[in-house]
Amino acid sequence: MSRALPALVGACLVAAAASAAPPPLLPPAQLLQPLQESWPTYTGDYTGARYSALRQLDRTNVAHLSLAWTLRLNAEVRDGKSRNPYAPPSEIITSVGGEGRGDYAIPPPALKGAVLEVEGVLYVTSPDNAWAFDARTGAELWHYFWKTRGGTHIASRGPALWNSSLFFETPDDYLVSLNARTGHENWHVRIADFADEYFSTMAPVVVGNHLLVGTGNDGDAPGFLQSFDPASGALQWKRYMVPMSASDPALKTWPSLDAARHGGGNVWMPGSYDPQTDLYITGTGNPTPGYTGIARPGDNLYTCSLVAVRVATGEIAWYYQTSPHDTHDWDSAQTPILIDGTIGGKPRKLVATAARNGYFFTLDRVTGEHLVTYKYGTTANWSRGIKANGQPDPDPEKSATVPGSLVSPFEGGVTNYQAPAYNPDTGLFYTHESTGFNILYLTDTDPRGSMGLGGKRFAIVGFVDNAFQAIDYRTGKPAWRHVWPGSGGTGTGVLTTAGGLVFTGDTNGNFVAMDAATGALLWHSGIGNLSAPPETYSLDGHQYVLAGVGDVLYAFVLN
Amino acid sequence: MRKSSAWGIAAALLALAPLPAAFGQSATTGPTAPAPVSIFGQATFPAKQRPAGNPELVERGQALFGINCKACHGGDLRGGDLGGPNLLRSALVLGDQDGEAIIPVVRQGRPASQGGPPMPALPLPVSDVQAIVEYIHSVLARKQNQGGPPPLEAKPLNILVGNAARGQQYFAGHCRSCHAAEGDLKGIATRAGSAANLQDSWVAGRAVAPPGSTPAPVPTGVKVTLSSGETLQGTLKRIDDFTVSLTLADGQYRSFTRQGPQAVRAVQIEDPLAPHRQLLTRYTDADMHDVTAYLETLK
Repeated sequence: MSRALPALVGACLVAAAASAAPPPLLPPAQLLQPLQESWPTYTGDYTGARYSALRQLDRTNVAHLSLAWTLRLNAEVRDGKSRNPYAPPSEIITSVGGEGRGDYAIPPPALKGAVLEVEGVLYVTSPDNAWAFDARTGAELWHYFWKTRGGTHIASRGPALWNSSLFFETPDDYLVSLNARTGHENWHVRIADFADEYFSTMAPVVVGNHLLVGTGNDGDAPGFLQSFDPASGALQWKRYMVPMSASDPALKTWPSLDAARHGGGNVWMPGSYDPQTDLYITGTGNPTPGYTGIARPGDNLYTCSLVAVRVATGEIAWYYQTSPHDTHDWDSAQTPILIDGTIGGKPRKLVATAARNGYFFTLDRVTGEHLVTYKYGTTANWSRGIKANGQPDPDPEKSATVPGSLVSPFEGGVTNYQAPAYNPDTGLFYTHESTGFNILYLTDTDPRGSMGLGGKRFAIVGFVDNAFQAIDYRTGKPAWRHVWPGSGGTGTGVLTTAGGLVFTGDTNGNFVAMDAATGALLWHSGIGNLSAPPETYSLDGHQYVLAGVGDVLYAFVLN
Repeated sequence: MRKSSAWGIAAALLALAPLPAAFGQSATTGPTAPAPVSIFGQATFPAKQRPAGNPELVERGQALFGINCKACHGGDLRGGDLGGPNLLRSALVLGDQDGEAIIPVVRQGRPASQGGPPMPALPLPVSDVQAIVEYIHSVLARKQNQGGPPPLEAKPLNILVGNAARGQQYFAGHCRSCHAAEGDLKGIATRAGSAANLQDSWVAGRAVAPPGSTPAPVPTGVKVTLSSGETLQGTLKRIDDFTVSLTLADGQYRSFTRQGPQAVRAVQIEDPLAPHRQLLTRYTDADMHDVTAYLETLK
């Protein structure tokens, strides 16, 4: 008896230890599965296609889609007390971290990236904030607030999950790891030099035991992609996207090492990952100074390119520059989409991108071989044609000039951060198409060029007919093109499903569902212009569809 | 070679000078700054968060910079004739807090790197280098958002490069069906105030308004044929794939569905700006500059 008691206590301790360490929320191997019930990454899965295998919603019933719940992001540090007198009593746990003073006026929270859904919980970020919500009700579970040192608070593109850790980047250049169950901080590490005007918005990407992290910069600083250990935050490798040493073969595309080392090429949107080749394929940003190419004659590698990086080492396996010597701030950072398709009757492993500059490209994703270029931006006028290697040939006359050059697309591009989608059932790649024009004036004629995005002024002078396109990846030509009535508007990201549907936002404040094959409009809800791309997940036999508008997240189901 | 010996003499002379009274003024010893405000999408980076330096020290630093640094780094710090790098985008300079990064480079020099020339050692007294550091930080603080350099001195750039006679011809061929030089466009150049504002306005097809102000939108006409066959005409308020709304001549607001059995039969838009939008795809830059030069004559 006296000996049995300690044994019993011991058994209780073992049980307590087991319940203190529940199974991981998202083992990284699970990310290799096709996208079905959950939405575990920025684009759902590694292909970047934003294609869900869910088919409860289809062409026949989507007209009956209706509201399940809404939630509003609240960035107040509440310590369990809501300041909204109409809100029910709340026991929200709020954790606070960060190395700043915590007294900056930051913009109100906004949904501008991924909402992750795993095991019935939604994970959401906005600059300096992360939250968890119940995916069945929208009820808040925890809130984490980061005291910033400053920086450009333009967006957070969302978090990433690895086992039970949630990661997000901050505008003042930290990578923060939280306990996804409690919102308490595990650790944070610096990922870029804040003094050098980097700001970080990207949703990190988990590949096995690598956490891929990009940053942004509007000044003259080199862009890079980094890999961190998701357990400890230790740096595994850092891959610059411009030459940083005299021995770099890409240096011949720059006038000097100094120009290259201040040449931009930032990695600020999540890329796609091919497990078969272990290649992470990412787009890169514009060269800098952005508008005064006189400072950097040459193609300026690896800016405005698709770059395939070996995840184990950070080496560049291949690259293809979609915008040689850009002079319009048209990043090629758009998330590329991996397609297992057919070109010329032969099965091919492909990667496709619709670039901000108005050109659509299909490449072989194993070798980087160029296969297709098509000018999907119907009004794009800045290129003299397509070179033998498939690259658009920039017309120097369409850079900024003192008397003004009339350029399309406008500064924002034909598309930009808006996430495209691809549906393997239709073979179509879906993207917004902006048809804006601006007059681009050179305001700094200094022969050294300007700095950052300075030295220019642009005047937006109109949009021809902004549209939504369904592009055949084999040719780049649209199978259909739907013009949004009215003019202007930025368009939004896209979701497509095995139910034969495409979800997106129009330019007039409607969340819409279309027939993925024909573009026929099947459903809409006037919730406002989407600021975050739509997503879908399934719980309790219900297929939910999410759309973010500013600080409000809407969830729709078949009721 | 000559340069470094000259610097040596200057340094020796300056070393004898007493320290300026303000020596040591810096971010860490200055009064606490008010919390900087971060605006939507605008940068609040360390260079802008720093409290303003002592004006006398900054002024002294500017003079010392002019004597010792300008030839290589430029009077505006953006790089000079002798190949010194742009200091306003230098990671070393941007990361400097209080001279700890800059002072050793100035006093000890630096071997050639990044394809540029070497930096000679300038054996100035620390107090003088500190003044130069304060001056550099004062310029960094004036950088514009999105990495732009400090605002340039206003240097009027001539955007009037077009040929007015060719512009008049183009106008006659493309614009005269809607516009008249002696009618709606009379005095347009005077109203616009500047050639740039004139060009921005006419290409967009909007009324000229002083820069920075919002011109009244050009109304779009619409004719709606209802399911009953009745037609209504008015000014378009809003249209999307699902509804159309308009204001009738008597001020009444009406909206109609474009979907289902109650859908309107037809919507006909009469957008006076449609030709402007179509022309955007056809103008060459020379056409645009020529028409601007012609319109500039309509004072």
